[in-house]
Amino acid sequence: MLQLILRRLLQAAFVTWSVGTLSFVLMRLLPGDMEFRIAAGRYGYDHVDLAAAEAVRAELGLDRPGWQIYLQWLGDLLRFNLGDSLVSGLPVSHEIAHLLGHTLLLAGAAMLIALLIAAPVGVWAALRAGGWFDRLSLLVSALLRAQPVFVIGLGLLLVFALEWRMLPVAGFDGPRYLILPALTLALAMAAVSSRVVRHSAAEVLRSAYFNFARVKGLSLRQALQRHGARNAALPVVVFLGIQLASVIEGVVMIESLFSWPGVGHGLAHAVFNRDVPMIQGAAMALGLLFVALNLLVDLACHLIDPRQRSAH
Amino acid sequence: MPRLFASLSTSQRVGAGLLALLVLFAVLEGLLGRTDPALQNLAQRFATPSLAEPLGTDPFGRSMLARMGAALRLSLSLSLVCVLTSALIGVALGIAAGWRQGWVDRALSFVLNVVLALPGLVLILLVAGLAPGSLLALYVAISLVLWVEYFRVVRAITRQAVASQPMQASRMLGFGWRYCLRRHVWPALVGPVATLAAFGAAGSIMALAALGFVAVGLRPPTAELGLMMVELFPYYSDAPWVLAQPVLAVFLLVLGLNLLAGKRA
Repeated sequence: MLQLILRRLLQAAFVTWSVGTLSFVLMRLLPGDMEFRIAAGRYGYDHVDLAAAEAVRAELGLDRPGWQIYLQWLGDLLRFNLGDSLVSGLPVSHEIAHLLGHTLLLAGAAMLIALLIAAPVGVWAALRAGGWFDRLSLLVSALLRAQPVFVIGLGLLLVFALEWRMLPVAGFDGPRYLILPALTLALAMAAVSSRVVRHSAAEVLRSAYFNFARVKGLSLRQALQRHGARNAALPVVVFLGIQLASVIEGVVMIESLFSWPGVGHGLAHAVFNRDVPMIQGAAMALGLLFVALNLLVDLACHLIDPRQRSAH
Repeated sequence: MPRLFASLSTSQRVGAGLLALLVLFAVLEGLLGRTDPALQNLAQRFATPSLAEPLGTDPFGRSMLARMGAALRLSLSLSLVCVLTSALIGVALGIAAGWRQGWVDRALSFVLNVVLALPGLVLILLVAGLAPGSLLALYVAISLVLWVEYFRVVRAITRQAVASQPMQASRMLGFGWRYCLRRHVWPALVGPVATLAAFGAAGSIMALAALGFVAVGLRPPTAELGLMMVELFPYYSDAPWVLAQPVLAVFLLVLGLNLLAGKRA
């Protein structure tokens, strides 16, 4: 178990360094005048002139050689100081901390809803494998999977926010704003994971030990609880780990669509504004979130499956 | 070709048919269409579909037929080029890593972990930020993310094939690596690589649309499916048929590719 955590910690350090360096190198290659872009971001496009751009350059030291800025950045990183956003002038770590809370809320809510959809649908489809419900859920899942996640979001937005006016369109000002983005992300996830639950549960239902449990007189519910759930859960949790990358990708798109004040939205904005420290911070936050969620999946597998524990 | 078609399942045939129709539309529109997809005609905003404009016009009076044709050609050709590049690199490196093992394998696996450390779209977003609006940057970024899948699968299969008894027998009989590759490794690779290619094409079409959608990809006058969705969304109640076109196009493209890829989802 300690080994698991250490391995992921190493990966996290690796992610931090590689993302930071990669985005730094990429941003140094950017063509064009950075100071004009930043001045436009700060003061608005109508108030940019040579003097404003000059002031920005002097303040941020943009005319130093690249390796000095890079070394300074690495040193700051060791002290956990991510620098200041070039646009807002506030510390990146402060901004990211603010954004990260919203992203965690969105991702957590989405995963919970996805679980609440996928588990019953998958188990029900497995119990009646080949029946109309199984085929229907396959059809719905195939249709949902053939959309980019933002098209699902657009559809929900049109129906619930614009036509029926039941829910707010975008932004964040209370729990009502969470419903549509979380539901969108959850539907995209459940479309895939409900099928995984179904296959995993069908496998368990066909197995010798499950049939023996039924034969010895346990009811379906008892057999599912004592012999089915844990065995069926393991492949599902492993798959969840594989799906995590698409969760993070979905977060980027969904946050942009619903103007959700999270890290993904921040990253898209930072790329648009060429805000180097912010890009590094946001990409790193998403990368570390990815690692942290992976660690949770590892630990969950470890807890569910006693065979892994005895192997160590 | 007929033999290949006969070996497909029904759903794969449906997928191939869908794709063939979309490709046919894109190519025919390119050959026969005379309208410039960027030509504006403000007197003709939101014209309903008619004989002259079979798909109607957008808020600037641009022909949707020409724009859809251009957008489909863009998506299809980008995904084709990305899949070819990433498959070539991934398969070559995968065979090298699986066959030679040792330090080649370790070095390549290290690169693999660097790329895999980040979710694909975040990496694509970073590289796309390098050159805003550049198709080349998108192509490099998407290929950079896609090759990893081929590498992983090909490496595993090659390892197995190289250790297999038939291959050892061939080597002891003195056959060279070319023969072994063609006779023992390649046949095991073709199926999985074809499946990965179909999923990869779907993935690159979605990534292109997603970048256009979050305003980091190609820039406005270009006809691109994700970009068109953003541009047309404000007019959803005035001209729903116009908004439906790019949405439907992405849906059919990805559905067709997913069906073609077969069951291994």
